[in-house]
Amino acid sequence: MSSNQTPPTPAHYVAPLEETPLVAVDAVKVGERPSNLWIDAWRDMRRRPMFWISSAIILLVVLVALFPGLFTQVPPNDDCQLSNSNGAPTAEHILGFTKQGCDVFSRIIHGTSTSLTVGIIVTILTSVLGIVFGMFAGYYGGWLDSVLSRAGDIFFSIPYILAAVVIMSVFSAYRNVFVIALAIGIFAWPATARVLRAEILRVKNSDYVMASQALGVSRFRILIRHVLPNSIAPVIVVTTISLGAAIVAEATLSFLGVGLPNSTMSWGNDISAAQTDLRTAPQTLIYPSIALSITVLSFIMLGEVVRDALDPKARAQR
Amino acid sequence: MAGYIFRRILQAVPVLLGTTFLIYFMVFAMPGDPLLALFGDKTPNPALLERLRAEYHLDQPFIVQYFLYLGGILRGDFGTSFSGEPVSAILARTFPVTIRLAIMALFIEFVGGVLIGLVSGLRKGKLFDASALVVSLIFISLPIFVIAFVGQFIFGIQLGWARTTVSSGAPIQDLILPAFVLASITFAQIVRLTRSSVIETQSLDFVRTAYGKGLTRRRIIPVHILRNSLIPVVTYAATDFGVLLVGATVTEGIFNVPGVGRTLYQAIIRGEGPTVVSFVTVMVLIYLVVNLVVDLLYGLLDPRIRYVK
Repeated sequence: MSSNQTPPTPAHYVAPLEETPLVAVDAVKVGERPSNLWIDAWRDMRRRPMFWISSAIILLVVLVALFPGLFTQVPPNDDCQLSNSNGAPTAEHILGFTKQGCDVFSRIIHGTSTSLTVGIIVTILTSVLGIVFGMFAGYYGGWLDSVLSRAGDIFFSIPYILAAVVIMSVFSAYRNVFVIALAIGIFAWPATARVLRAEILRVKNSDYVMASQALGVSRFRILIRHVLPNSIAPVIVVTTISLGAAIVAEATLSFLGVGLPNSTMSWGNDISAAQTDLRTAPQTLIYPSIALSITVLSFIMLGEVVRDALDPKARAQR
Repeated sequence: MAGYIFRRILQAVPVLLGTTFLIYFMVFAMPGDPLLALFGDKTPNPALLERLRAEYHLDQPFIVQYFLYLGGILRGDFGTSFSGEPVSAILARTFPVTIRLAIMALFIEFVGGVLIGLVSGLRKGKLFDASALVVSLIFISLPIFVIAFVGQFIFGIQLGWARTTVSSGAPIQDLILPAFVLASITFAQIVRLTRSSVIETQSLDFVRTAYGKGLTRRRIIPVHILRNSLIPVVTYAATDFGVLLVGATVTEGIFNVPGVGRTLYQAIIRGEGPTVVSFVTVMVLIYLVVNLVVDLLYGLLDPRIRYVK
């Protein structure tokens, strides 16, 4: 930047009176639908290409997870020939072969549902736990807040992948999608709870809450009908991003060998199995990694877009 | 200040008790008899089994066992590894290597991240800013082991600039590539945080006053903007230390760095449950202590923090 540039000056928001008829400024558009946070957010989001790109990728990933047969006819496991071990791509097997002689592309397609399922279960788990803990801690305050917040601190103090490593080592006999999701989710919820608690602390002093209290609405009803819906926006942002993080966590655990058993097709397992052949057959490692990264990237991108749309402060910094 | 330190340490005690209890509880829930596992396929002598049970306090109730375990931790006894070596001895050998790697990584991520974040924030909306944002998003979504392998493949195998595995003494030149990999996980977050913090600071009154006094940008940017933008960045680095610990485990494992992380990595790979638990406990304790120290330093740097609550 050149050194003679003028420093940023605050914009003037007051229009000169003779230029702007006051009628136009004060006019209430009767026919227009009342705007709210969600409508504003949607208007903001739909103008952004990042929203459409990430949504399209997520939609594609969901389709692949639900109907893998639509995307590849090659069976991922049954047709493996050891003579094809680490083989180069051919017309029918566009991404080449794994060490076991299986089709890389087909395994990626069929592994999608594993990653997505773990991500979704973890997200549901962390949202439910996070919302319950954050809601009661923030709204009722007092000793309940102290107890719940300290409990959250304890879970927060153990990095959740390390905690999941311990849990998965302990329950090594029961390694499946649900156990791994539980292992990740049980230590990942405090982040959600903290965000919601902070937001509820802000919202619960609003005028409309006081108005409801004056009308004699019960405390719990105020929480459910007024406070929670008005503080949920940051939770949605955290949730979208944490879905991507959960997919990474599953892949990391599988990579470390304490994730899903080798019989379960997952991107993490495939990357883990390919690591010894990085020199000779990089494709077996690179392609599942790309699939993993693009999926995670689209969830994180969507979370970013949602954050910008829901948070006016973030919008100003864009 | 003394009151603040005291209060902060007091607050850390229940968290310390809680985390160790949680980990110990998970281990206690582990199926199978650890002593029977020690004997493998052979059937042990019942008298010997009885003696071992008493020696390891396995005949005591759960809560007594927990406090004995806690007492051991406080005395620096973290148990023994699968191979029979005391965990504290392994720590003494491997910790310096990890510290060296971590300091290099922290240096890279701070210098690089803050610089890029500062330029991005000052040139908000320009090409540099837009590309930095896209690149940081990509880094945030890449799992650490993917970055490690891609780094190994490009710089180690294709270009031949670095060794793919670190030699036994872990000299600094061998650690450069692993340090960059380790730095890359939190690097992107630091760029983004610095950027938004710089944008926010830039619009504050004291910056306008500085311009009004006729100070040059060369003085305002480092002294007024950068210094005041760094507070959230430093706080973030402490809370994200946990990510760095997990990252160190994977990075040291992949690059064969003889540090604490690799010991944990190998214990996980080989399924050595008790060693895994000891090292996770050690890492959680390090994490807690680092957070406590940063909190105390933070109170020292910013007097406002001391008076909250």
